[in-house]
Amino acid sequence: MKAGRPAFPEWVRRLPEYLMIWVPLLLSAAHLVSFSLWTIWISFTPSTLVPVTGWVGLRNYSAVGASRNWQIALDNLLLFGISFVVLSAATGLVLAILLDQRIRGENVLRSVFLYPLAVSFVVTGTVWSWLLNPGLGIQKLVHDLGWTSFKFDWLIDRDMAIWTIVVAAIWQSSGFAMALFLAGLRSVDADIIKAAQIDGAGPIRMYRRIILPSLWPITITVVVIQLQFAISTFDLVRALTNGGPGIATQLPALVVYDLMFQRSLLGRGAAAAVLMLLILLAVLLPYAAWRYVRRRRSSHA
Amino acid sequence: MRERTFAPSRVLIYLIVLLVAAAWLAPLVVVVLNSLRTNEEIAQGSMIGWPQHLAWSNYAAAWSGFCVAETCAGIRPYMLNSALVTIPATIFSTLLGAVAGYAVSLWRFRGDTWIYGIVTLGLFLPQQMRLLPWTIVLRDIGLINTLAGLVLIHTIQGLSFTTLFCRNYYVAIPHDLIRAARIDGAGFFRIFWRIVLPLSPPILIVTVIWQFTHIWNEFLYGVTFTSGQQQPVTAALIALSAAVADIPQHGVQSAAVIIAALPTLLIYVLGGRYFVRGLTAGAVK
Repeated sequence: MKAGRPAFPEWVRRLPEYLMIWVPLLLSAAHLVSFSLWTIWISFTPSTLVPVTGWVGLRNYSAVGASRNWQIALDNLLLFGISFVVLSAATGLVLAILLDQRIRGENVLRSVFLYPLAVSFVVTGTVWSWLLNPGLGIQKLVHDLGWTSFKFDWLIDRDMAIWTIVVAAIWQSSGFAMALFLAGLRSVDADIIKAAQIDGAGPIRMYRRIILPSLWPITITVVVIQLQFAISTFDLVRALTNGGPGIATQLPALVVYDLMFQRSLLGRGAAAAVLMLLILLAVLLPYAAWRYVRRRRSSHA
Repeated sequence: MRERTFAPSRVLIYLIVLLVAAAWLAPLVVVVLNSLRTNEEIAQGSMIGWPQHLAWSNYAAAWSGFCVAETCAGIRPYMLNSALVTIPATIFSTLLGAVAGYAVSLWRFRGDTWIYGIVTLGLFLPQQMRLLPWTIVLRDIGLINTLAGLVLIHTIQGLSFTTLFCRNYYVAIPHDLIRAARIDGAGFFRIFWRIVLPLSPPILIVTVIWQFTHIWNEFLYGVTFTSGQQQPVTAALIALSAAVADIPQHGVQSAAVIIAALPTLLIYVLGGRYFVRGLTAGAVK
């Protein structure tokens, strides 16, 4: 073999490299695009037990939209989404501000607020279902201690059951908001704070005028990520209330699962999944646009 | 504002923080205590209480004794299933993501921004949009109700996260380093092996912890694509609480819950810093 002349053509020699670059990326990209289109297509067919071809227009969508299950799921999503996002962001912000006061044991405390994120929602949902079960948990404990008229039965109360999910979700993911806010607080310009101190600004004024306003981009990120979580919540509800009592704590992800795999109405299940995606896009697209504008502005500045 | 003084306001701060911390720990403490109480003891009182004597037998029963869906082998086979899914899927998705992240950030090729953009859409696409296609694909290739099927799903889906993590880390590597190596005749794999990989341990730890935690804790795919003896431990826990609804065994169930949560809790305790970095890295996307 002469020097300088490869035994194989260039592209054969580089084949392993091309394969290694393209196969995983193409598989990932192709599955995302084709699976989305596939589900959208199924949502327009009369598929029930198995996917079939055919076209029913928006009939699956109107059937899902007219079902009581879906309407309750949407009402719950609105209530759960807003209250969970607001309360977990507020809890996270308060915890972050308190931890930022140079307190002892900050690392340990931070780990305590974050540990639920390392645990499966199935586990935490199960544990919360025990604590909130009136015959087993907090209510039973208080009764045994002698206060027998005490009542805390949200888990079996149709109107209050959704709040058990709010409580468990706040407990599970406020730590995440705290971590982001804490990073934000630590990145506030120390010179500005010092200048304000010299001007005689007290701590409350400092937070209201200088520190909190600088946190609003992080706040938006926290809200969007928590909303994304709220929209796709499944495991937590499955373990905590399983949608009950009755269908009182139904959420969109549970409706999708129920239609697809319990009632074998694939077309309707797919339609519900597409509706979930649309709700998600209603949150994510404005967020993406906002980030785009901000990035352009900061690159021009 | 931030100096350490003994003032009533500081006492208040500690009081609030410690109260909240106690509330955050309470569910863990309750379930640990319950795992050491007998089923009868819990049935007589409530789920919240101190063990009269330590019932370690709950752990033995949870690990290999109690029955889920007519099989009485405890939680052990499901823990094994979860491990057999999580470990390979974590390794595959991390390695492939590292190579892909390197390719789109440092090697560069035609179409890289496009394909990277599409791959990162996977961070947002809800699982529900992929359930039916995965069911059909897994059935067609004969992997429905197998652990290999779950490994395949988690590897491909994990790529969105692992590629993003690694790409965002690698863009900080100076391009001149790569250019110099290419002029010296180093190819794609040699540069990865000699330059990129030795710089990678921090991001690989973050990625492995993230993937392991997420795949171990995943429930929807596990319950949809597997049944009976093939289920991962999250799905088995739900099956367990349904199976014992008539005769509650809360002591044993608590032990099972702790065993199931232990792998990810241990990783969190050992690598908490990297776990948090993964959380915030995913957030800044």
